Amino acid sequence: MDAILSLEGVGKTFPGAIALSEVSLSIARGETHIILGENGAGKSTLIKLLAGIYQPDSGLIAFNGQPYRPKTPHDAQQSGIRVVHQELNLLPYLSIAENLMLENLPRRAFGIVDRKALNSRALVLLKEVGLDIDPRIRVEALGVAQMQLVEIAKALSYDSKLLVLDEPTATLTPPEIERLFSIIKRLKAKGVTIIYISHRLHEVFEIGDRVTILRNGRLVATRDLHGLTVPDLVRMMIGRDIADEYGFDASIVLGKVALSVANLKRDVSTPDISFAVRHGEILGVAGLVGSGRTEAMRALFGADPKLDGVVEIDGKPVAIAAPKDAVRHGLSLLTEDRKGQGLLLDMAVDKNITITDLSKISRNGLLNRKTEAAAANDLVGQLRVKASSIEQAVRNLSGGNQQKVVLAKWLFRGTSTLILDEPTRGVDIGARREIYQLLWMLAARQKGIIMVSSDLPELMGMCHRIIVFSKNKIVGEVPRSDFDQERILSLAYQEYVRP
Amino acid sequence: MSETSEIAVAAPVSPGRAKFLRFLVRDAGVLLALVLIMLFFSATAPYFATSGNALKIFVQIAINTVLAAGMTFVILTGGIDLSVGSVLALCTVVGATVMINESLSPAAAITLALLACMATGAVCGFLNGWISTRWKIPSFIVTLGMLNMAAGAARVVSDNSTITGLPQSFVDFGNLIIGGFLPSIFLVAVLVIAAGWFVLRFTVFGRMIFAVGTNDEAVRLSGHNPDFYKVAAFTISGLTAGIAAMVYLLRLNIGSPIAGVGYELNAIAAVIIGGTSLSGGKGSIIGTLVGACILQVLSTGLQLLGVGDNFKPIVIGLVIVLAVILDAYRERLLRRIR
Repeated sequence: MDAILSLEGVGKTFPGAIALSEVSLSIARGETHIILGENGAGKSTLIKLLAGIYQPDSGLIAFNGQPYRPKTPHDAQQSGIRVVHQELNLLPYLSIAENLMLENLPRRAFGIVDRKALNSRALVLLKEVGLDIDPRIRVEALGVAQMQLVEIAKALSYDSKLLVLDEPTATLTPPEIERLFSIIKRLKAKGVTIIYISHRLHEVFEIGDRVTILRNGRLVATRDLHGLTVPDLVRMMIGRDIADEYGFDASIVLGKVALSVANLKRDVSTPDISFAVRHGEILGVAGLVGSGRTEAMRALFGADPKLDGVVEIDGKPVAIAAPKDAVRHGLSLLTEDRKGQGLLLDMAVDKNITITDLSKISRNGLLNRKTEAAAANDLVGQLRVKASSIEQAVRNLSGGNQQKVVLAKWLFRGTSTLILDEPTRGVDIGARREIYQLLWMLAARQKGIIMVSSDLPELMGMCHRIIVFSKNKIVGEVPRSDFDQERILSLAYQEYVRP
Repeated sequence: MSETSEIAVAAPVSPGRAKFLRFLVRDAGVLLALVLIMLFFSATAPYFATSGNALKIFVQIAINTVLAAGMTFVILTGGIDLSVGSVLALCTVVGATVMINESLSPAAAITLALLACMATGAVCGFLNGWISTRWKIPSFIVTLGMLNMAAGAARVVSDNSTITGLPQSFVDFGNLIIGGFLPSIFLVAVLVIAAGWFVLRFTVFGRMIFAVGTNDEAVRLSGHNPDFYKVAAFTISGLTAGIAAMVYLLRLNIGSPIAGVGYELNAIAAVIIGGTSLSGGKGSIIGTLVGACILQVLSTGLQLLGVGDNFKPIVIGLVIVLAVILDAYRERLLRRIR
């Protein structure tokens, strides 16, 4: 095998934690190599070593037969290794072209930027990734998927030999993923070596040649993907079997309507929407990113203004002008942006949990820390939140445990209907399963649950019913007996395809 | 998955020890700095380690401590209040005007003056908070406007002159040194700090101040109205500016429209040196008291050492910058411990 990159016994230790230990791996020239592992398995550390952000404590890395010891990301780029990080690093107020060429702007005399050359070169790069868009547009105007492609185009502009893609599909919709895959295949055909990190196990088979699995900082196995199955991968990742990921509970008896929304209108340009969820029911909300799913939920919850519409809880109309009204009436919203909108990241687990109802842990405005600790410990135990103590800052928990803290805070308040927006995004398989179980426990307690997700298999696994958004409109409702990926997708596209 | 989540994997420090380390790094650090500075001046500056000098320092930090106590609330919510200096000026002339009213008995005049000071300050602070939340304007700008408006109002109220002739009993109280070591105005400052400490640490309101400063959107989506707490923090800052104005009157015995120039910056410096983060959500009011002490001890000590008035501000400026740098390091250390 002609190895373009090889690692020999590479290790990296942080104060008190071993992030990577004795990892030996070689990547063949021209292959697409998948790296899998749960959160905390060491994938990010590995990438950061390649990107020149961290330096290994032990072991050797060789690139193209030469020792590879980048001290900075710039060194890594110079060597021909380019990393597209999960968090995009574009400058929103500059144009696409400027972002693409930032490190090497074409210049005329006196250092003046040559706009013509800049834009025409940018156009070529964009064509390479199949993006048909004016390079003079500012990046802030783009959707996440387009930004992702711009990042890849940027990586290509440096004539990279090795491209590392860190969870590029986390925020993409199925057709966007298709397009990304066709670009990856084209790059591969051109001889670019690709390292691809993902949480979505189903998709890696389409593009990957080989797979390496990490667990707790150690390399578990490197295999040919051909002949492996998703359960095989899961077993290697978590070290045990997972039978049915979702665990649909058919024994739950659906009750009366818990929450109904009639003629909700966000602003003059969006159509009315109506839907309802029953006690004990998990209602799925499908649609492309930007199809108005999140916006509808936020408007319903009072987080964003709405023009019109009637919200009924248990058959009684309620006025919701702000989130506090929604919360008072027993609604809970788990936002898609967990860190930005759901958590007090630098505050402790207990304080995050009790924030929804401080009256339960206080008398006459004075806090009772003992009651608070007891309540928090109780929920942390119930939900199996892995934290060193309830005084640990939420920032230092993994994505799955952070999501459990968000759930705990709403359970602390007591809720009748939960709205969950992308509840398992960035959550690893083990914790994901636990979150599904919690949702079933809540459904069994006759809570109404609305689940917004871009992960269609997840929705089909979990929901009694799925409503589909397309261009701000609810275009269809599919009962569980009729669940079919094709059908739901074609509904999601309906309003975008028609003239 | 980020760097921090990987560090958390091992959680190497036991909870009890972590608690102690956290205390050491977060709270005791500033105190330690103060002790070291005091030891340094005690060894090098003549007269520094004398009871007379200690008394002088107590008297001198009173005003700044009271202002900084209110400022701590505002900065904890992620705001800033640049108006406290001129609000203080406005309050001194309002308070003095009330106090020299001869138709009132001294006791009534003093009580009314205190209420007038607190009310004037609170109204100014409320306006700061209300305008900045209602129209979503950065508090930096709103309070900059208030700085000018209150300064102007102080001139209007006082007709641009200094107001003297405060009741003798009031003046006497200002000069009082309780038990020979505790100046009355320092006692006022300590009481304000103690009240602030109690509110921030033990009440629902205090918890909300920290939460709003940490992430106001998360607080809103949890069913609260974060603007209420922001307005309240500014109102408290105005209120303490009013109390600080009374302390000013006790100490200098004049109401002056040009009082308080630059005081806001000293108050902010005390808060920041005391370890409260400018981005909100983290900090302590005890730290603020220590920060105010550090500023004054430095100033007095440098003077005793014979460092000229030209060089003194340079050193103090350096210390402020150093404090912020240390704060950044402290954050990193804390993340590892937690």
